[in-house]
Amino acid sequence: MERRNRRPFAAVIAVAAFGVAIGGAFAQTSAVDEIAKYRAALQDGNPAELWEARGEELWTKPHGPRQVAFTRCDLGLGPGVVKGAYAQLPRYFPDANRVMDLETRLVWCMVNQQGLSQADATKNTFGNGSQQRSDIEALAAYVTSQSRGTTMNVSLDDPHMRDMYALGEKMFFYRGGTHDFACSTCHGDDGKRIRLQDLPNLTKTEGAQKAYTTWPAYRVSQGELRTFQWRLNDCFRQQRFPELEFGSDASIALTAYLAARANGAAYDGPAIKR
Amino acid sequence: MADPMKIRANVIGDSTEVKVLMNHEMETGQRKDAQGTTIPAWFIQNVKVTHNDKVVLAAQWGPAVAKNPFLSFKFKGGAKGDKVKITWVDNHNDTRTDEVAIA
Repeated sequence: MERRNRRPFAAVIAVAAFGVAIGGAFAQTSAVDEIAKYRAALQDGNPAELWEARGEELWTKPHGPRQVAFTRCDLGLGPGVVKGAYAQLPRYFPDANRVMDLETRLVWCMVNQQGLSQADATKNTFGNGSQQRSDIEALAAYVTSQSRGTTMNVSLDDPHMRDMYALGEKMFFYRGGTHDFACSTCHGDDGKRIRLQDLPNLTKTEGAQKAYTTWPAYRVSQGELRTFQWRLNDCFRQQRFPELEFGSDASIALTAYLAARANGAAYDGPAIKR
Repeated sequence: MADPMKIRANVIGDSTEVKVLMNHEMETGQRKDAQGTTIPAWFIQNVKVTHNDKVVLAAQWGPAVAKNPFLSFKFKGGAKGDKVKITWVDNHNDTRTDEVAIA
């Protein structure tokens, strides 16, 4: 008697579980679609343009104790050349004897050409409202906007660049911190997400291309334009890693790895993100 | 002084489409800072758009409009080269006016 009663009960549970699974999958895809619609609706009026305009003004204005403008700053294609420069960064700069990404190079120009101290140049790396605006974010918005549509072409011909790429790759898969996380824990498989936010699979070419070519981006939830340095910094925070120092070799190595993995795609930033 | 707006105005058929990005904090007055003190409300209250000195849009805004607002609208008429002028006034009585020629 007891045996007979159990069967229908088990069947009911199975049906219920099946129903929940379908419902969950449906809710997830429709939320993803809705976020995509939301992004498309915002695309037209991307406030990143406000940062681009401010950055363009900052680029030509004399700065620092030596009153030198960024028009003397060499981003790799010659002093003051911005068009297409971001699509080839990071790169090795012989004058600094270092591989640099865009933000680090801007700081280098502020220190070595304009005469600012390292502390002053890196005081406001990430902005916070109108009280604490970041010139670096505005300059990055302007410079990257001048590469929109340019094919990503980060060269690994230079041995310094190859070393940085190899280091970045190693870091990407290196597990550590209190949660035993690696970048690849979240970005190494398809279909991973944080809450409703889909995470790109950066081990695949399409994933790396789509992610890298849409930074910097205006983050609607923060009302700020954020650079790739910020993105990495926040990934480290989310992993409970020690704070990623702005412009450190660690940050540049990861940037070099991801930028080179995006080669071949058209750069499409500054974008807009939730 | 407030930062400039970004304005685009294009003739589409028999009307003109205007798209504006404004630079503004748009504080609601509901938020608190790290110390727990309320951040005072600070938002755009009035927006006026004129086409060759004729008002084509007048709006009263409140604190529910997002930071760095984007405004898009159409009005009948308008020809290439005509001037479209946009003015906003916020609750601090700060104001900004920008002008663009219709493309």
